[in-house]
Amino acid sequence: MNESAVARDVVVRVNGLVKRFGDFAAVDAVSFDIERGEIFGILGPNGSGKTTTIRMLCGLMEPSGGEASIAGADIAKNPELVKARIGYMSQSFGLYRDLTVDENLEFYAGVYELGAKKAGRVAWAKKEMRLEEIGGRLAGVLSGGQRQRLALACAMMHAPEVVFLDEPTAGVDPAARRLFWTIIRERAADGVTMIVTTHYMDEAERFDRLVFLSRGKRMALGTPAEVKAQFGEHLTLEDIFVQLQEKES
Amino acid sequence: MNRERLHAMVRKEFVQMRRDPATLRLVLLVPLMQMLIFGYAIRTDVRNLPTVAFDQSRTQESRALVQRLTATGNFVLREQAESYEDAVHAVDAGRARAAFVIPESYARDLKRGRPTRVQVLVDASDPSSSASAIGAAQMVGQQLNVEIVQQRTGSNLSTGLPIDVRVRPLYNPALQSAVFVVPGIIGMILSNILIMLTSMSLVRERETGTLEQLIVTPLARSEIMLGKIAPYVVVGYVQMTTILVAGHFIFDVPMRGPLLALYAVTFLFITANLGLGLWISTLGRTQTAVTQSAIFIMLPNVLLSGFMFPREAMPPLAQAFGALLPLTYYLQLVRAILLKGAGIAEVWPQALALAAFAVAFFTFATQRFHKTLE
Repeated sequence: MNESAVARDVVVRVNGLVKRFGDFAAVDAVSFDIERGEIFGILGPNGSGKTTTIRMLCGLMEPSGGEASIAGADIAKNPELVKARIGYMSQSFGLYRDLTVDENLEFYAGVYELGAKKAGRVAWAKKEMRLEEIGGRLAGVLSGGQRQRLALACAMMHAPEVVFLDEPTAGVDPAARRLFWTIIRERAADGVTMIVTTHYMDEAERFDRLVFLSRGKRMALGTPAEVKAQFGEHLTLEDIFVQLQEKES
Repeated sequence: MNRERLHAMVRKEFVQMRRDPATLRLVLLVPLMQMLIFGYAIRTDVRNLPTVAFDQSRTQESRALVQRLTATGNFVLREQAESYEDAVHAVDAGRARAAFVIPESYARDLKRGRPTRVQVLVDASDPSSSASAIGAAQMVGQQLNVEIVQQRTGSNLSTGLPIDVRVRPLYNPALQSAVFVVPGIIGMILSNILIMLTSMSLVRERETGTLEQLIVTPLARSEIMLGKIAPYVVVGYVQMTTILVAGHFIFDVPMRGPLLALYAVTFLFITANLGLGLWISTLGRTQTAVTQSAIFIMLPNVLLSGFMFPREAMPPLAQAFGALLPLTYYLQLVRAILLKGAGIAEVWPQALALAAFAVAFFTFATQRFHKTLE
């Protein structure tokens, strides 16, 4: 890869990462680097190893082989340090539906030991995530888009350097999706690295760079244009996606 | 252990509990209901067995005998039988639980000083309810014999007997089962409800996907565990106080020992059960699986702890299993403090056992609960 560029500020290094469940390799020797402030996509059909990769990087699963580091901290040797530097937004959003928006935010602020910074950080999150009007509402009654933004607010409460978003836009209406992408770009502009999995192909063009996974293996890596070039200029990302899926079945 | 993180966790658990009216109702009403049900329904001191009499003698003497027997409170005369078969049939059919059979020659034999034979049939299919009736019938027989012998020999009651055995029941002089049962209910309810609630708590977070989120935070395993149980310690004390107060006013359950000691050792008991519940919670992946494990514990809790049946009467294996339940020790402790007026000086061995359970279950639970999804 582009190792010659001295100025690159790599925050995530993944080198030959493997996850086996019994004989089955869900992630099979995957490698990639991610630079600070990038919006990085992990794409692939269902079962391609996207979520497993993210879960290993967040310390939710132990890798069976290979290595990875986030902001200089090794995920296997120093998982608690990794946890302090990352934010993670799961597919299920991980919100307490019986708590209000404010209570959810305050809970995560406490869990991340924000102390005196708590009030300021909660206010920042509500403003940036467009949640200011609904602080007293229970998370369980929010719309899909609101819930998604609240989940991102909770995941970013402690100002992490790297944020993982696992299928964040699944089941969210198009207007809310567009707003969500605006927010993601704003955060990346602040220098936060955003790592997003998705199987929506129309979202693929929004990534600075992306990795394509299929059956746990890396099929392509690069900017959307580079990936297209790798498979043939005439193909859209959607075509490539369909091709990979057909190969799989 | 970090104070701010733990505080956030505890606070969240309290808010969640407040928002869950179904659980709150369960927590507050079930103890009262169970106390009323057990307090009124569990009567090991069975009285008033419906009784049929087949009195062939039909004399003043025979009626006096029936009178003496029913005066014990164990028998209530329901009908007169016309034949021995009638009497037996009444018991067989379940209309009566006991039958008196008095021979035609009863009064005549007594007057002539000849031995006479009176039969009391008791339906002993339920041993615990028949035991006191059998005892009462034998007692009446003995008393009558003594009186008759005294009449014949002319000696008087107080000096006539060489040995005068007097039994004085201590602590529960009226021998009411409620007085014995209600303190046990405190232990049974605390144990069962706390195990049920805590075993649900972790697995519910797993099912709703919030556990995944907690795992990626810096929260330590012990902070998650302690945060989970903190509200239930309060719940436990509320339940205990409810039963204690209601039991005192409804069933006259005494409070003879130091209440402060009772509340102090109850903390150990509550913690032991919460630890057990958390441990169960780490053993299953779904609420259904965990509920079944919890029920697996709750049944021996009722049957083997000495709550309903005396442990002394159990076979060694059942006794050994009962010895593994925190409730077994707490029952001894709560009964000793409330009924016998014991203090810490008397119950420290049980308190020590409870402390050991608490430590052990928490260790098991924290060991089992890994901060990963596998």
